[in-house]
Amino acid sequence: MTATTVAHEVSVAKPGRQRRADVSQPKGWVGWMFIAPNLIGVVAFTLIPLISVVALSMSKWNLVSGLGGIRFVGLDNFAGVLTDPGFWNATLRTVIYAGLSVPLTVLLGLGLAMALNRDIPGRAALRVIFFLPYVVTVVAIGMIWLMLMNPSAGLVNQALRGLGLEQVPGWFASSHWGLPALIVIAIWSGVGYTATIYLSALQDAPTHLYEAAAMDGAGAWTRFRTITWPSVLPTTVFLLVTLFIGASQGFGLIALITAGGPGDATTVVSYYMYQNGFQFYRFGYAAAIGMVTFVGVLILTLLTWRAQRGRSLHD
Amino acid sequence: MTDIGVLDRPVTRTATSAADRKRRTGRQRRLRRWAWGLPLWLLAVLFLAPFAWMLSTSLKRNVDAYVVPMQWIPDPAQWSNYLTVLVGENSLLPAFGNSIFVAAFRVAGELITATMAGYAFARLKFRGRDKVFLIYLATAIIPSQLLLVPRFVYFQQLGLYDSLWALILPGMFTVLGTFLMRQFFVSQPAEFAEAARMDGAGEWQIFSRVYLPLATPVMAALGILAFVWSWNDYETPLVLISDPANYTLPLSLTNFTDEQGAISPGLAMAASTVSIIPVLIVFLLLQRRFIQAMTHTGIK
Repeated sequence: MTATTVAHEVSVAKPGRQRRADVSQPKGWVGWMFIAPNLIGVVAFTLIPLISVVALSMSKWNLVSGLGGIRFVGLDNFAGVLTDPGFWNATLRTVIYAGLSVPLTVLLGLGLAMALNRDIPGRAALRVIFFLPYVVTVVAIGMIWLMLMNPSAGLVNQALRGLGLEQVPGWFASSHWGLPALIVIAIWSGVGYTATIYLSALQDAPTHLYEAAAMDGAGAWTRFRTITWPSVLPTTVFLLVTLFIGASQGFGLIALITAGGPGDATTVVSYYMYQNGFQFYRFGYAAAIGMVTFVGVLILTLLTWRAQRGRSLHD
Repeated sequence: MTDIGVLDRPVTRTATSAADRKRRTGRQRRLRRWAWGLPLWLLAVLFLAPFAWMLSTSLKRNVDAYVVPMQWIPDPAQWSNYLTVLVGENSLLPAFGNSIFVAAFRVAGELITATMAGYAFARLKFRGRDKVFLIYLATAIIPSQLLLVPRFVYFQQLGLYDSLWALILPGMFTVLGTFLMRQFFVSQPAEFAEAARMDGAGEWQIFSRVYLPLATPVMAALGILAFVWSWNDYETPLVLISDPANYTLPLSLTNFTDEQGAISPGLAMAASTVSIIPVLIVFLLLQRRFIQAMTHTGIK
C-alpha cells in the first residue's frame, strides 16, 4: 500500500521541476546488476548446455568412459543420423503424427472458439471444461487413456461396439492404431488451449467490419473467409509453429504409454532421441538427432511464416 | 495486460442490427442460445468423461475396473484405494513433498530473477543491453527437450544428477519469464522513474517501491504458470532423477502402472486424482489470471 502511495506522490511531484539530462538514466552498471541473477542462471543452465549440445553432437562418448573418454568425431554423427533408416522411419511417423494432430487441434480449436464466442448458456464454465486437460500432468492423462483404450474392455471400444461397430481398433496393442490413438489424445488435450488463444484473438476482431458485412448481406461463410480468417491468421501461424515444435520434441506420452511400440510403430523422432541417449547411452548420436530435428522444424517454421506474410488483416 | 475481464466481455459480434435484436422475443432468444449451447454442453460432457472415468475407477477394486458394461457409480466404493496410495507401500506422500519443494523454489526463483531482469531490459539503459536481449530472444525458441542430453551430461559432472536441484536450478532462471515481465514493464510510463530519480530515490527503491507494486497481477500470472509447469513436468525428472526417494509426483504415479497399464487400475486412478487436486485448485481459483497469462506469453 505504502509503495503505491509513493508512486502516486512521485508522479504528482514531477511537473513542477526542471528535467535534467543526467538524472534521466542511472549509471550503466546498475542495469547489469538487475539482470545479473537471471543472466548468470541462464548462462549456466541454458546457454552452456546449448553450446555443449553442439560439441556433444560432434563427439563420441558414453557414460562409462567418463569425461576423459570423450572423442571428437567431426560430422560422423550427422552422417550417421542422415543415413540411419531408424531415424527416417521415426521422422516419417513424426510427420504423420504432427501433420495430423497439429492442424486438427488448431482448426477444431478455432471452431470451438467461434462457438464459445457466441451468447450461449454457461460460457465461462464451458471454457474451463475444455481447457482442463491442458493443466493435467501427461502421466495422469496417459494412464487414463491407456485404460480407456484397452482393446477388449476399455470404455472407448465399449462405446464403439455399442454404436454397432464389430471390428473395433486395437489402439496401443496394434501397430496400425498406435499413432491414431496418440493423435486422438493430443487433440483432446490441446484443443482447449488453442480455443482459448483463439478466443482472445476473436474478441479483438473488428466488430465494425462484421456489421458492414451483415448490412451488405454477406453470408456466414463469406464473413468467415473475408473477416474472421484473416484477422486470426497471425494466431493460427503462432499456434501451428509452437504446436509443431511441441509435437516434434515431446516424448513423455510415448515413453509412458507405448515405449515406442508395438515394435517401433510409435517411435517418433523425439522418442528415438530419448532412446539413443538415455537407453543406449549414445549421447553424441542423441545430440545429433536433436539438432537435426530442431533445424528441420526451424526451416518448416520459416517457410510457414513466409507463406502467410502479407495475408493478415493487421498487416 | 491487466485487463483480466477481457475474456468475459459480453458478445456483441453477432451479425444483427440493433433493430433486429429488439424485434426478437425473449423466447426466441433463449431458443437460439440453446441451439448452440446444447451441442457444446454435450461435447463438454464427452470431454469430461475421461476424468469422470478416473474418479469412478479410483473407487473400484482392481477386479471391477474392466467390468463390461462399465459401472459409473462403483458399488461398493473402495475408499481404501486412497488410503493405500497415501500411506501404503508406494506412498505418494514423499513425492508430494518433493513436488512442493521443487515448485516452491522454482516459482520463487523465477519470480525474483525474471522480475528484476525484465525490469532492467524494459526500463534501464545500459551498454550491451540489446545484445544480451537478442541472445535471450534466440534462446527462447529452443525446446527444452533439445537441452535434456547436455543437461544430463552437465549435471552428472556437477554432481547434481539425481538431485532435486537438477530440476530446480534451470527452472529458477528462465528466458520466458523474463519476456513476460519485460512486456509488462515496457507498457509502464517512464515518468515515474524520472520523477523519483529527481527526488533522489535510488534505483533499487524506484524498482521495489514504484514499479514492483504495479506488477503484482502479472507476477501472480507468471507464478501460476511456473507452478503448473513445475508440478506437471515429467520428461525432465524422467531423465535426471533415478532414486525413487527423489521422485516427483508425475514419476511416482508410474509406480502404479506398467506398459500394459496392468498393475492396478484402482490405485493408479486414485493416485492420479490425488496428484491433480493441487493444480486443479490453483487453476479453478485463479483461472482468469491463468488464461490471461497463457494468452499473453503466446502472442501480443
